[in-house]
Amino acid sequence: MKHLVSVADLSREAAIAILDTSLEMSEVNDRDIKKLPTLRGKTVVNLFFEDSTRTRISFEVAAKRLSADVINFAAKGSSVSKGESLKDTAQTLEAIGADAVVIRYHASGAAHMLANSGWVKGSVINAGDGTHEHPTQALLDAFTLRSAIHADARGKGLDGVAVAIVGDIAHSRVARSNLVLLKQLGAKVYLVGPPTLLPNALIKQADGFSYSLDEAIATFKLDAVMMLRVQLERMTAGFFPSEREYARIWGLNADRLALLAPSTFVMHPGPMNRGLEIDAAAADSKNSLVLKQVANGVSVRMAVLYHLLSGGENE
Amino acid sequence: MQSRTVLTSSDIDRAVTRISHEILESNQGSQDLVVLGIPTRGAILAKRIVDTISKFESIDTDAVLGTLDITMHRDDLASKPTRNPAKTVIPAGGLDGRVVVLVDDVLFSGRIIRAALDALGDYGRPSAVRLAVLIDRGHRELPIRADFVGKNLPTSRDERIRVLLTESDTENEVVIEA
Repeated sequence: MKHLVSVADLSREAAIAILDTSLEMSEVNDRDIKKLPTLRGKTVVNLFFEDSTRTRISFEVAAKRLSADVINFAAKGSSVSKGESLKDTAQTLEAIGADAVVIRYHASGAAHMLANSGWVKGSVINAGDGTHEHPTQALLDAFTLRSAIHADARGKGLDGVAVAIVGDIAHSRVARSNLVLLKQLGAKVYLVGPPTLLPNALIKQADGFSYSLDEAIATFKLDAVMMLRVQLERMTAGFFPSEREYARIWGLNADRLALLAPSTFVMHPGPMNRGLEIDAAAADSKNSLVLKQVANGVSVRMAVLYHLLSGGENE
Repeated sequence: MQSRTVLTSSDIDRAVTRISHEILESNQGSQDLVVLGIPTRGAILAKRIVDTISKFESIDTDAVLGTLDITMHRDDLASKPTRNPAKTVIPAGGLDGRVVVLVDDVLFSGRIIRAALDALGDYGRPSAVRLAVLIDRGHRELPIRADFVGKNLPTSRDERIRVLLTESDTENEVVIEA
């Protein structure tokens, strides 16, 4: 496997192999010496054209824990402000020598373009391209949920697990990647949100949908609820009358939290708009996996870097 | 491809029993002993060794037995297909100041053991590291030797040794294939 552009590139076996490797990587993160020599001498470039806290830092930590060298590129403060294109930026980094490029870009398809253009020789990892995909987020969500559900998770998928993805599905790359990966691992996925933010094409791929979070909680026996941030920065039209109305109907507030089964997990990829799509009561509840999702981000990205950068040319 | 059995099930059992006694003899008992098997078959053999030791000395098996996965420390990661790492379990007492016996099924080039020594360094500083293997087939590429050997089996490079253990395969025997 040379690139990770879309979760659809991963077979069920390959995805489970990455999740199992993440288990071993998470043990490294608990040790005193949090280092493995595996990617020594390799260079990983974080090519981030969009703001990021979690993803960029966890890719940096992941690469460093595998002894790789890391170059961080943020669009702010680079020649992108002078109008330099993705192609020229990529080729500049290629000239310096990058074994892997982790790219986050504001336009969908950027990772695919970079992987297939021949501008860089190394592996390309999609850290979020527009509204299209965010494969490592889906992997860490699946890993977190799998570990929460199965005490001994090795080799297991998410067969029969029911997950609702709630919120701004239309603009969410996290939703798109999760929808594909969760189903690939055997889960049932339900999409919930306002009609204006629930595209028909995605509804067709899901196992069910609802325009009401209350109805979804009552109807689908949910093992996990994945709340999505309202992507205001990507909205160019009026999708709901006001944020207050959005929070009232689709927000996971304390009342709705009480309606969930005691074993249902609460997830959120972050960053959270507390009070909009999720309240503090839910985000900080004992069933919230939010902090585990963040912690697992490093382990999962270590596993992805390992699977992409080790291995001979015959793959 | 011809194959012949070089160790039968009873041969393996006797070798494991002898190695277990040799470990106890060289360590003068089970004090501060840690036995770490290298997955997969090294780990199986390690368990058999610790089970045998526990018949002769009263030990807490969980405090002695562990596994050490060396995948991430291999020196051939760039040239071979990606391998999935297995689980590493270090006994609760840690490795500092203890005598670690590494266990593997076949000793060949010695590179796996070199990787294991590197991996050990991440977990602590043993007072001594020893090596127990079921088969030593020669052709060392590094200056590494075993302390406890089940059987010395001179082989040619083209031959392939397969160790089969009932816990992971259907039989209990060692086979050499030409």
